[in-house]
Amino acid sequence: MPIQSVNDFVVRFANVNGSGSASANELFARAVLRMGVPVAPRNIFPSNIQGLPTWYEVRISQAGHLGARGGTDLMVAMNPQTWDKDVASIEPGGYLLYDSTKPMPRSKFRDDITVIGVPLTAICNREYTDPRQRQLFKNIIYLGALSALLDMDVGEIEKLIAEQYKGKEKLFDANKHALHLGRDWVMMNMEHPIGLRLQRANAVGDRIFIEGNSAAALGAVYGGATVCAWYPITPSSSLAEAFTRHCNRLRIDTASKQNKFAIVQAEDELASIGIVIGASWNGARAFTATSGPGISLMQEFLGLAYFAEIPAVVFDVQRAGPSTGMPTRTQQTDITSCAYASHGDTKHVLLFPEDSAETFDFAATAFDLADRLQTPVFVMMDLDIGMNHRLCRPLNWDDSRKYDRGKVMTAAALEAGKDFGRYLDVDGDGIPYRTYPGTHPTKGSFFTRGTSRDRYARYTEEGPAYADNMQRLLRKFETAKDLVPRPIQANADKSTKYGVIYFGSTSPAMDEAIQMLDAGGHHLDRLRVRAFPFHSSVTSFIAEHDFIFVVEQNRDAQLRSLIVNECGIDPVRLVPILHYDGTPITARFIARAIGEHLDALKITPLRKVVS
Amino acid sequence: MTYVVKPKFHHPELPKNKLGYTHRDYEGKISTLCAGCGHDSITASIIEACFELSIEPHRVAKISGIGCSSKTPDYFLGNSHGFNSVHGRMPSVLTGANLANRDLIYLGVSGDGDSASIGLGQFAHAMRRGVNMVYIVENNGVYGLTKGQFSATADRGSKSKRGVTNTDSAIDMVGIALQLGASFVARSFSGDKKQLVPIIKAAIEHQGAAFVDVISPCVAFNNHAGSTKSFDYVREHNEAVNFLDFMTGRAPIHVDYAPGTVEMVEQHDGTMLALRKINAEYDVHDRLAAMNFIAHHASLGQIVTGLLYVEQDASDLHGHLNTVEAPLNALGEKELCPGSAALDKINGSLR
Repeated sequence: MPIQSVNDFVVRFANVNGSGSASANELFARAVLRMGVPVAPRNIFPSNIQGLPTWYEVRISQAGHLGARGGTDLMVAMNPQTWDKDVASIEPGGYLLYDSTKPMPRSKFRDDITVIGVPLTAICNREYTDPRQRQLFKNIIYLGALSALLDMDVGEIEKLIAEQYKGKEKLFDANKHALHLGRDWVMMNMEHPIGLRLQRANAVGDRIFIEGNSAAALGAVYGGATVCAWYPITPSSSLAEAFTRHCNRLRIDTASKQNKFAIVQAEDELASIGIVIGASWNGARAFTATSGPGISLMQEFLGLAYFAEIPAVVFDVQRAGPSTGMPTRTQQTDITSCAYASHGDTKHVLLFPEDSAETFDFAATAFDLADRLQTPVFVMMDLDIGMNHRLCRPLNWDDSRKYDRGKVMTAAALEAGKDFGRYLDVDGDGIPYRTYPGTHPTKGSFFTRGTSRDRYARYTEEGPAYADNMQRLLRKFETAKDLVPRPIQANADKSTKYGVIYFGSTSPAMDEAIQMLDAGGHHLDRLRVRAFPFHSSVTSFIAEHDFIFVVEQNRDAQLRSLIVNECGIDPVRLVPILHYDGTPITARFIARAIGEHLDALKITPLRKVVS
Repeated sequence: MTYVVKPKFHHPELPKNKLGYTHRDYEGKISTLCAGCGHDSITASIIEACFELSIEPHRVAKISGIGCSSKTPDYFLGNSHGFNSVHGRMPSVLTGANLANRDLIYLGVSGDGDSASIGLGQFAHAMRRGVNMVYIVENNGVYGLTKGQFSATADRGSKSKRGVTNTDSAIDMVGIALQLGASFVARSFSGDKKQLVPIIKAAIEHQGAAFVDVISPCVAFNNHAGSTKSFDYVREHNEAVNFLDFMTGRAPIHVDYAPGTVEMVEQHDGTMLALRKINAEYDVHDRLAAMNFIAHHASLGQIVTGLLYVEQDASDLHGHLNTVEAPLNALGEKELCPGSAALDKINGSLR
């Protein structure tokens, strides 16, 4: 029985990298959005420029589920290399759209799916002579075919094409023509629509559609970052590039036409973080964007920044693996390496945004926190957030907001004779005052170094002075607990002994999984951790429940280890739920994994059965 | 190593500069290097140069890496902020600092281990980018703090104190700086204050990447027979191409010199260098000729010193990046935050 569904299904496009499919596929996702139906698209792409397989998955969900669902209801199979796997991955009762120009043996199909053959190549070859056009318009033609098959509002696609080619009438006409070639062919030659249909709805509201990397870069612009130093690495490169783009639009001085920003593509990640530290030491807001291997390279500098107490903002768009690893797959794999980055006895502030909108907020907040705490702050994103368009609430900025530059002693304060000790804890919060270089002719200068020093920044190798400083750094970290974004708790309708802790991009899948578990009779309270160091509410949440599931996208249960270590929790009470194959975590996975655990706990004890 | 606190009193008639400061106002903490260390002579030259230029000490940022040379910023300009960063990474930290505030003078102090070995990459890229800085390498060809291992500038065939012969070829940082586009390149000798002070002054006034390689013998580990970085060796093999007689602001003071041997070199900001030439054929504006000259004399076993190259219309990283005149660290919400109205517009374009 073919699947019948309105506004709730998954379409997956299987393409060849570099074939121009990306823009057509994105057009599809945007058109669905314009029909008022939420979508969650995801790029699944290789580390390659041309030739290898790439997929674009669009989850359509009127209910608003934005996590990956798993499974495919309609496969648009445009890549012969991956045909067999693609066909095999279709849900029973699903649909396959393929290019039927060349006949395919029956054995290449499945009996339990609906096969839709459209002679795309033949249509293209009839229409176009230029090979490049044949390839590019083939993508638009299948989009046209889809519009008929799914009963889409073709007007929305046309409007999007018009916006894209504003002022380029010829290109608009050509694309519109191609769109209708596909649409008309389906309308004339086959039954339509199929069981999967799109219907205009009103479920998008004022939400926006933005990639996390772009949102992070905007957050850096709004947060007052002026210096960006970076080294290209997937999946973070587009963050620095977006910062460049945003700055070119928003940060050029109107009178002088000069830039209120400085962006350096450095020679490596060591130089990137060095530039960030130098700029921050000198009072500018600076950041770098990188991924796991870059974090590895920055270790020495991160320890220096921690110890010398220099602000720095690092956007870590996480991916799997070492130097090459799985550069184009998502993971939450740098939790431990960032939390304790460098030489030992170092701890860092981490922020865990759940989506693009929160990434924007946390990006701007990160600069305030770094200045306030005079220490590196990591914004822990991942590929799933960074490189996919995500539907999220509109970005918001309060114009009355002032940058918190932290404790900076001014020339006037120095002149007035205020006691300045660079590492002197005057307020009991562990945070000392600093001065920017060049502040005062005779007061307030100090020597910054990685070697141990006393409260007045004077070199010393005395044990007590070193220990005193290390204790103050711990006090500062305590202070941080109440400054960083607090966890968000949501309780089940019924009281329960079980809880779940999760963070970052797991969020949308978790929201959906909770509903699935609820339906199965499993109720869980949940806590979304948004920062490290952990707020006291993390410990109390754990104390209030018998067992806590900790859901994360890495092999080693890194957040769980961090909780055990930092909150002194008995590991037995924290059950790891781990997903780490490089694909984004799904609600199905979470619900199944947690459900199995809870089902096992539900088994009636033997003595009860016997008695 | 000494823990003595430097006494602050000084002779009441010590000469004062335009700002009313004496030499003492440009000093720092007492040196903890070995007695007779070439690096202390360089420190003295830096103090002298800053005094003579009447620089406000707090308008200088001193940044270094790790090693004996990198410790020296603690020994001069006590009223300046200093940053003893990590090994081989002074150039990146300085680049960042410079981007944050273009109004300060940036003094990068490094050694041959710091800049030619672990930090060769960062040295190269700072030169390429044209960071407006004085990059001083206190070059002794040896790792002092770790007790006498060869560095990458040690000449092939030179002998360590323990009698080991270096078989690796040496890195000539002057040659690299020239090749990578440094707009001011000089070499001097720690024992030749007369040549070094004007070079440092000129480097400070230069608006671009100024590289100064200073041969600075290590009295503890590299001042023996067989070393090519010892006081005796350098004195015997020094081939000075010129002397900077003075370096001033916009109004050069002419002193007596033999006509035909002095060249006035104007920098793009209007400052003048008066160059007293020893070698008449030497042209400080010809990068290729400079590279050739240095390589030729190196093959004869001679160390060429003096101002080796200066670009008259030098540009720097801020120029390349077209940054605003105001220091970036002085910009606040008003200048940097586009505000909610702009954000609403952006939201609108994302639907």
